[in-house]
Amino acid sequence: MYKLLLCWRYLRTRYIALASIISVTLGVATMIVVNAVMDGFAHEMQGRMNDILSDVIVTSRSMEGMPNPEWHMDEIRKIAGDEIVGMTPTTQVPAMLGYYHRGQYVTRQVNVIGIDAETYASVSAFGRYLQHPKNREQLSFDLREDGYDVLDHQADNSAKAKPRVQMKKAGWKHRREEAAFDKRIAVAPQPTEAATASSDSPFAGARPPEGTTFDPATEQHEGCVLGIGLCSYRLADGTDQFQALPGDDIEIHYPSAGRPPKFLHTKLTITDVYDSKMAQYDMSYMFMPLAKFQEMRGLVDPESGIRFVNAIQIKLQPGADLNAFRDKLRDHFELHLYDVRTWRDMEGPLLAAIQTETLVLNVLLFLIIAVAGFGILAIFFMIVVEKTRDIGILKSLGASSGGILGIFLTYGLSLGVVGAGLGIGGGLLFVAYINEIADFLGQITGQPVFDPAVYYLYRIPTLIEPLTIACIAAGAIAIAVLASLLPARRAARLHPVEALRFE
Amino acid sequence: MQTETPPSAAVFSPLLAAQNIYKTYRKGANEVPVLKGVDFAVARGELVSIVGQSGSGKSTLLHLLGTLDRPDEGEIYFEGHRIDNLAPAGCDLLRNRHIGMIFQSYHLLPELSTLENVLAPLMIRHSTLGYWGKRREYRQRAAELLDTVGLSHRLTHKPRELSGGEMQRAAIARALMAKPKLLLADEPTGNLDRQTGEEILEVLHQLNAERSLSIVMVTHDPAIAARADRTVHLVEGRVEQGDRAAA
Repeated sequence: MYKLLLCWRYLRTRYIALASIISVTLGVATMIVVNAVMDGFAHEMQGRMNDILSDVIVTSRSMEGMPNPEWHMDEIRKIAGDEIVGMTPTTQVPAMLGYYHRGQYVTRQVNVIGIDAETYASVSAFGRYLQHPKNREQLSFDLREDGYDVLDHQADNSAKAKPRVQMKKAGWKHRREEAAFDKRIAVAPQPTEAATASSDSPFAGARPPEGTTFDPATEQHEGCVLGIGLCSYRLADGTDQFQALPGDDIEIHYPSAGRPPKFLHTKLTITDVYDSKMAQYDMSYMFMPLAKFQEMRGLVDPESGIRFVNAIQIKLQPGADLNAFRDKLRDHFELHLYDVRTWRDMEGPLLAAIQTETLVLNVLLFLIIAVAGFGILAIFFMIVVEKTRDIGILKSLGASSGGILGIFLTYGLSLGVVGAGLGIGGGLLFVAYINEIADFLGQITGQPVFDPAVYYLYRIPTLIEPLTIACIAAGAIAIAVLASLLPARRAARLHPVEALRFE
Repeated sequence: MQTETPPSAAVFSPLLAAQNIYKTYRKGANEVPVLKGVDFAVARGELVSIVGQSGSGKSTLLHLLGTLDRPDEGEIYFEGHRIDNLAPAGCDLLRNRHIGMIFQSYHLLPELSTLENVLAPLMIRHSTLGYWGKRREYRQRAAELLDTVGLSHRLTHKPRELSGGEMQRAAIARALMAKPKLLLADEPTGNLDRQTGEEILEVLHQLNAERSLSIVMVTHDPAIAARADRTVHLVEGRVEQGDRAAA
């Protein structure tokens, strides 16, 4: 009882000790903020990866693919049907993307992915990142009249989103204008002059006119969805400058199936743009209808009509054990023909790098708290010296050495609890208002702290893991107790007579 | 003065007896012998004073009797049980329950109020829960004790707000809280003016008379010592024989 009472009185009267735990508080708060932001980013990123990659992917090891995806999907359903929410066949090939921008032919390296518009949405939330509201509901590879998002729909605060002015006219409207313009310059005697004269229009492509059978004003090629990084670049202020819009035609150059592969070229029309905020996806993937893609590449057996696909993407019920599912499929499908991976496996190195980064950061930050421990140690020694006579008095009243040890350990513990508690409170408060704080700092310094132009996200993502907080608090309290152990032992070992005589 | 002893089987054994006590302090390389074979005993209900020059070892003897320190040689018995070689836990128990102590500079805990200081021995004795359950009863008793020593108006004051005499009264109340059989007083009036000292002595004599509390009081003032039942003179670490004040 006297331990608690004395601890309480010491806590309320020894402000110097409270000062010593400020560093504990700061350390704990910093750790909480850093972990919340790191976890937030990781969670955000993983969510988007998972959205695009789906849960488990069965890939054929050859780019020629696997025949008869229906049979494969039936087999997969037989193995673990009850966990499956959706399945879709896809096919993929590296290709070169080319389009005219201001009279210049722009080429990009690209992965063309053939998807089934009907079922793809059941495995991937890729639709969420499209720019036309109707395409977000149900993906269609037919060009829309207009109505593409000018303000990024993923921004929760539209004031922060830089408007994509060019998107206003995207769609058939844009396509018809372009077609009319192309017709005009096709008969113009000096196309170079025309091109320079209209150089203020970013769409003034000196495009060769189409064949007479194809009227770009009323017809479209097969539709495709481009990653935003493939058809735009970002200015320093965060505005996206589009080089090609929904309604523009592009060309892809790709190898055919068979031996030797032939180099093929096909024209497509952009029907939408996706913006997953993951640069590696936005800059390398484009999507088009699976059936058309299979025909183009020669992935349909001319005699039997059997089609080939490269991969089957599978979405499982939330909470399903992906690794167990993967292992089941691995047991069933021949390893030398099929590669079965979860989305985590596919992004393994990146995820591992983030984990290592978090770990190292945590170790460094925890060292701050450890340093604070030495502060507590020093101040506790001071307090023990100051309290020497009181320790003698307590002993003369029959307090045991263990009891004296207990007083100072409890004192250290309560300082740790107070420090960690304040740190948790401050940290959580900081995390809750982190975007407001970032805005405020941005206003003061005139330099945006969290620039959407750089990070592609509009808010600093945060995620509070209760377990992490518990671990941080436990660590901080343990350090405070450990730091008080040495002075407490010294106090406990004081000789009562010498302690009583101490002036 | 009354020398009534409680009607128990140990009527003739002294409450506290020390035999042939030696104690030497080490100061650097020098060995300073403080007690050189002291024999000392206190009967039940007796008020004994120990007088001697400073450095004669009277405080050291008191510490040894209170088990705050251990003698190098010799034996100490409390109610017939040897206590000089008790384990630390035994010493703690003895000091907490059977031997009360008061000091020249009062030795109150500055963080606690008068009442809490008086309650300290019980707080030390009982677990938190055990204390909490009986706190009303204990508070009641502490308040009564403070009333006995004339401090009922100072319950919530901190020691720094009390005068020297008041602090010593609080210390006496604290020593009595555990209902000890023996009270060891180390120069209880040493820091007080004559008038206040007189009042404190009055309290001690009263306790001795009314509760037949055995008291050992160390002092360097022969006038104060003379008022005790018996006086023991310590000279250079030895009890001076044949110079005893009669009861």
